[in-house]
Amino acid sequence: MPIKIAVVQFPGSNCDLDAVHVLNEVIGVECSLVWHNNFKEAEFDGIILPGGFSFGDYLRAGIIAAHSPAIEQARIMLKDGRPLIGICNGFQILTEAQFLPGALLQNESLKFICKWINIKVENNKTAFTNRMKLNDILDIPIAHGEGRYFTDNLKELEENDQIVFRYTNQKGEITKEANPNGSMNNIAGVCNLEQNCLGLMPHPERASEEILSPNGTFYGKLFFQSMIDFIQKRL
Amino acid sequence: MNISEFIVEVVLENKPAARDPVGETIKRDLLAKKGYSSVTNVRSGQYLRIFVKASNQEEAKTIVNKMCNDLRIFNPITQNFNILKVSDKKK
Repeated sequence: MPIKIAVVQFPGSNCDLDAVHVLNEVIGVECSLVWHNNFKEAEFDGIILPGGFSFGDYLRAGIIAAHSPAIEQARIMLKDGRPLIGICNGFQILTEAQFLPGALLQNESLKFICKWINIKVENNKTAFTNRMKLNDILDIPIAHGEGRYFTDNLKELEENDQIVFRYTNQKGEITKEANPNGSMNNIAGVCNLEQNCLGLMPHPERASEEILSPNGTFYGKLFFQSMIDFIQKRL
Repeated sequence: MNISEFIVEVVLENKPAARDPVGETIKRDLLAKKGYSSVTNVRSGQYLRIFVKASNQEEAKTIVNKMCNDLRIFNPITQNFNILKVSDKKK
């Protein structure tokens, strides 16, 4: 059976088609866009929650989507060990659904920030980072207004190796200047204990082709290649 | 049993540890600059007026309380939630 990936679309999703394009055309696997009410976990080997402004970010970014039937389906997939990535708004949905620890608050600057930044790989054992090297510095874009990561349980996250990415400068130094949104300890992405669920604010699907990058890089591709490797090892 | 409609007023506010850049900006960049030095702090939040059918005010409050907790209307990691007031809609 060929590998099948779903990108779940909510009202207000964006970069959903970009994610489908990357999986289909750049990685070369079967990937479909699925409306959130119609998503059936049994048909897929992996799932992507895209960025955007699901349900207009009303109440709080991600909270309304977190109650969607797709999230109940995703819960079954996760328990079964299949991979799930939440990008930007997808990350907000995963924290609101309590699949991932912490919460994402309004950027410290109060501004919507859209730019290329650097992140450092702090855990390369997850379903989405196994093709990366520890301490690799990736350049990748962010585009969000509510990306300030907050947790009341930082120690536990560190002890459990759940911090996957931190914002750094080009040299890989974790500085205040390199922190675009005021995230606690420069945290850009976290995973669950089982390491098959990753949430991050940066957009790997916008950084998977040389032509889209100001630096000619395509580190985003590594996320999806890692995902496919992870699925193949499971099958 | 008589069923009436009540208005439950709810306020959601970031916990102090989660900071509140909106409140901080209002205080620092507006109030302090315009000479209101007596203002020591500003906290922003979200305000909801929830209209609910119930047999009395206490029941209306219980329904809203349960709903806010069960559906995470407030995020318990970052926010506090307070029911400010319950009033009869007709009054």
